[in-house]
Amino acid sequence: MHEMAISSAVLESVLRHAAGRRVSEVKLRVGHLRQVVPDSLEFYWGIVTRDSVCEGSELDMELIAARLACTACAREWEIELPVFRCPSCGGADVQVVSGDELEVESIEVEEEPACTA
Amino acid sequence: MHRVKVRVVEDALDANNTIARANRDDFDRHGVTVVNLMSAPGAGKTTLLERALQGLSVRAGVLEGDVQGSLDADRLASLHLPVVQLNTGNGFGGECHLDANMVRSALPALPLEDIDLLIVENVGNLVCPAEFRIGEDVRIMVSSVAEGEDKPLKYPLMFRACELVIINKLDLLPHVDFDMERFLHHLDAVHPGVETIQLSARTGEGVDEFRAWLERVPARVPA
Repeated sequence: MHEMAISSAVLESVLRHAAGRRVSEVKLRVGHLRQVVPDSLEFYWGIVTRDSVCEGSELDMELIAARLACTACAREWEIELPVFRCPSCGGADVQVVSGDELEVESIEVEEEPACTA
Repeated sequence: MHRVKVRVVEDALDANNTIARANRDDFDRHGVTVVNLMSAPGAGKTTLLERALQGLSVRAGVLEGDVQGSLDADRLASLHLPVVQLNTGNGFGGECHLDANMVRSALPALPLEDIDLLIVENVGNLVCPAEFRIGEDVRIMVSSVAEGEDKPLKYPLMFRACELVIINKLDLLPHVDFDMERFLHHLDAVHPGVETIQLSARTGEGVDEFRAWLERVPARVPA
């Protein structure tokens, strides 16, 4: 159900930028920390886009690894499991370098060729 | 027809966040601090409010978010506080979380002039509410011992998206396999340093500490 809510939010953003034009592809950047299941998001995308200019469009997801950086010892590392303490010094002051993205990067829309006559 | 690529680079939740900021501005203008109270269904949010809002020294109001019905708002009626019910769906089905726009739609019904603290009881759900800001100042999540000690590892998004974690239903500890040490260890891994309060909304144990925490919220949030 998380993916249902997210696909609706993505649709809202895409529709605004499409401004009525038919959309053939949406490029999305999804960070690992957002706990999005790509197959599930794609499934809901097919549902929420029905009867809109996005119907039948392809959802191209770039999955971004979660990387953290420790403020105390400057170590930077990638995480698979949700552990946010520094493995080197045990510090808790940890910044997310990447992995919390949920971003519409670009869309591909169909346009009438401009009249050159 | 030809295809054109349009660069967007926009957070998918940008529209929601914009409305959340507008809500926040309205709350700030009225000097109201807002708490977003989140948990799984049945963790005890409403029972906790029934207990904690009694004898609170600041003027509080409650916005009750539910998919359906006004059962929770009815339970809070005896507190004689402003309680506004917000349903996310009509009939069966509806949104599984509150978003900024839903809260915005409820603003006209809220007596912001007469309260200092607004508690928004979100729809019971450990996933979606973590994604949608509503214009709150602080977020609290309630986890009950009956839910098990592995929940922080399963729902890190939610356990990271809060400033306070309440561990409720302490009275059930003798009856459930819940290892508090392990829960706190998992929580520390997911959200190091987050504040916690252990309590039982049913017996009242620890509720004073939570009430005091709530009373400090308006002061700790910069205006």
